[in-house]
Amino acid sequence: MSIYLDRTSVVLVQGITGREGLHNANRMRAYGTNIAGGVTPGKGGQTVEGFAVFDTVSEAVAQTGATVSIIFVPPPFAADAILEAADAGIKLIACITEGIPVHDMLKAVAVVPPDARLIGPNCPGLVTPGQSLVGIMPGHVFSAGNVGLVSRSGTLTYEIVDQLTRASIGQSTCVGIGGDPIIGTVFTDCLQAFEKDSETHAVVIVGEIGGTDEEDAAAMIARREFTKPAVAFIGGRSAPEGKRMGHAGAIVSGSSGTAQAKVQAFEKVNVPVADSPAHIPDLVRSILREPARH
Amino acid sequence: MRLLEYQGKELFAKAGIPVPRGRVASSVEEAVQIMRENPAPSVVKAQVLVGGRGKAGGIKFCTTADDVREPARAILGMTIKGEVAKRILIEQRMDIERELYLSITVDRASKRPIIIASAMGGMDIEEVAATDPAAIAKYCINPAGGYWPFIGRRVAREARIPAEITNQFVSILGKLYALFFDVGAMLLEINPLAITKDGKLVASDAKVDIDDNGLIRHPELDAWRTDLPDHALEQRARQTNLNYAYLSGKGNESIGVIGNGAGLVMGTMDAVRVAGGEATDFCDIGGGAKADVVRNAVDIVTSDPRVKALFINIFGGITRGDEVARGLIAALDGGKWKKDRLVVRLTGTNEKEGRAVLAAAGIAAVETMNDGAARAVAIAKM
Repeated sequence: MSIYLDRTSVVLVQGITGREGLHNANRMRAYGTNIAGGVTPGKGGQTVEGFAVFDTVSEAVAQTGATVSIIFVPPPFAADAILEAADAGIKLIACITEGIPVHDMLKAVAVVPPDARLIGPNCPGLVTPGQSLVGIMPGHVFSAGNVGLVSRSGTLTYEIVDQLTRASIGQSTCVGIGGDPIIGTVFTDCLQAFEKDSETHAVVIVGEIGGTDEEDAAAMIARREFTKPAVAFIGGRSAPEGKRMGHAGAIVSGSSGTAQAKVQAFEKVNVPVADSPAHIPDLVRSILREPARH
Repeated sequence: MRLLEYQGKELFAKAGIPVPRGRVASSVEEAVQIMRENPAPSVVKAQVLVGGRGKAGGIKFCTTADDVREPARAILGMTIKGEVAKRILIEQRMDIERELYLSITVDRASKRPIIIASAMGGMDIEEVAATDPAAIAKYCINPAGGYWPFIGRRVAREARIPAEITNQFVSILGKLYALFFDVGAMLLEINPLAITKDGKLVASDAKVDIDDNGLIRHPELDAWRTDLPDHALEQRARQTNLNYAYLSGKGNESIGVIGNGAGLVMGTMDAVRVAGGEATDFCDIGGGAKADVVRNAVDIVTSDPRVKALFINIFGGITRGDEVARGLIAALDGGKWKKDRLVVRLTGTNEKEGRAVLAAAGIAAVETMNDGAARAVAIAKM
């Protein structure tokens, strides 16, 4: 079991003829992901490196039965690509593109139908180890198991998963939700899905400064809507106030969004917070030994 | 991208939001000329992004061309919380009856634009929120439906805006919402939104933050960038599209940090602090970074004289380890940065190839982030 993604998922790549699109289509296929083809407007009918190319997502869906799409489309056109996927009935849309105007996303999330799940943008995608990888993560660091992971960061996720795998702690599904201020799927959505997934025994939450997504997750745990053991890590503890740290979302303004507030919120609901990614495997081991909170 | 008050007011005026008559000056002579053309009771305001300029002496008054000299001379070049005031805004003084608060910002939780309004303006809204939360009205607008006057009436009522100016308030809010989308703003704040003695609403101040990603649609606003008082290295980084932030404040910053991915770089800064050091910068070479990008990053980070050790932390996803290694060697070859003050942590995609490239050039790579941070801190102390 897993959340959102498994070996039966049929996947399209939007922007497949671009450099990153094609490179990652090949990497995902090599991992075992069922890539049914891709979409690039104006290049329909071609075949690139064995991938069928379609002009529109709706055409690709009709011919391949795809329900998942991953987007590698440049920032000015990415919101259009998200909406095209949703319009064509795609149920899981992972948008990798970094640098999409926030206002494009405000408009897009307002009209994406509730039965379509958007991951990102500005995210590394998601992976159910051993089954399917829809993203840009290095597949070799993941291993199948029972720990779910949800993260606002990309490379920090690889770092943490690598540590887990080296410590023989496998993962059920790892979701990189993205670092932008407006994203489709947030921590609480993933926790809800992990709660229902019988193969997920514990969850690692990788947060960072900015916003209140971490506080919202802690509140959900306080309400007992998520009852499985969890550990957290907060990136940006040393970041000064008011400075934008790369991720458009990672900025501390005033008293909101500080690392301290997030650490406190988690500790209040008995979710241990790791000082460094290297400490996460030990914390995971210790919470797996404890009975779940009920 | 945050704008200075005078820039924000220029946007407000174009959007039809009333602002006091004013002009900006960058020299005493210009200030005198402005007052000569408009001799009237005026206020002289330092144009800086930091808050608290009033308390720092950055707001003064004058009436004639003669008595603008002294405040202009005092404020131009004044340093407020580390920021130099390069310009002053000379504005008509208004008779203010009362001060309100109005803003629109991006609400991450609801994924919508949020209106925040209060009849208690002129002070820090976070303070009002803490002491008297009932005095603040909030409303999240569905961008699919946009702004309608009923929203303004509801907000005005809930914020206890005086009934006699509700119509003006509703109209200004509509214009502010239109401007919010027109310029791709992250924040439009009017604090205070003044009610004058003759019953008119006027935006006394303007705080504007534009979404950097949205500037691809607004080249006209991008031109304002150079006006902003960034650190010289940040300006250099921006010209080369490098994601770099100069860090200061602790006083013991000595470790240059470069990594791929914002989260990993932040994690690296944190690891440096845990190891007893402090990062001089945030520098993200991003995904798929090529050799020349790494080279440029090393050049910019090590131009900072505070850097005593350089810690490069790469976890390859899109970024290939051998690419990074080659870029690193290229950057170090022509440059002045010494290998013995460098710590590289390289893992992920093509990690073996990357380490081999580094080893051939005599650069050792550490295995973990914490080891790398500890080593960098030790080198910096040598």
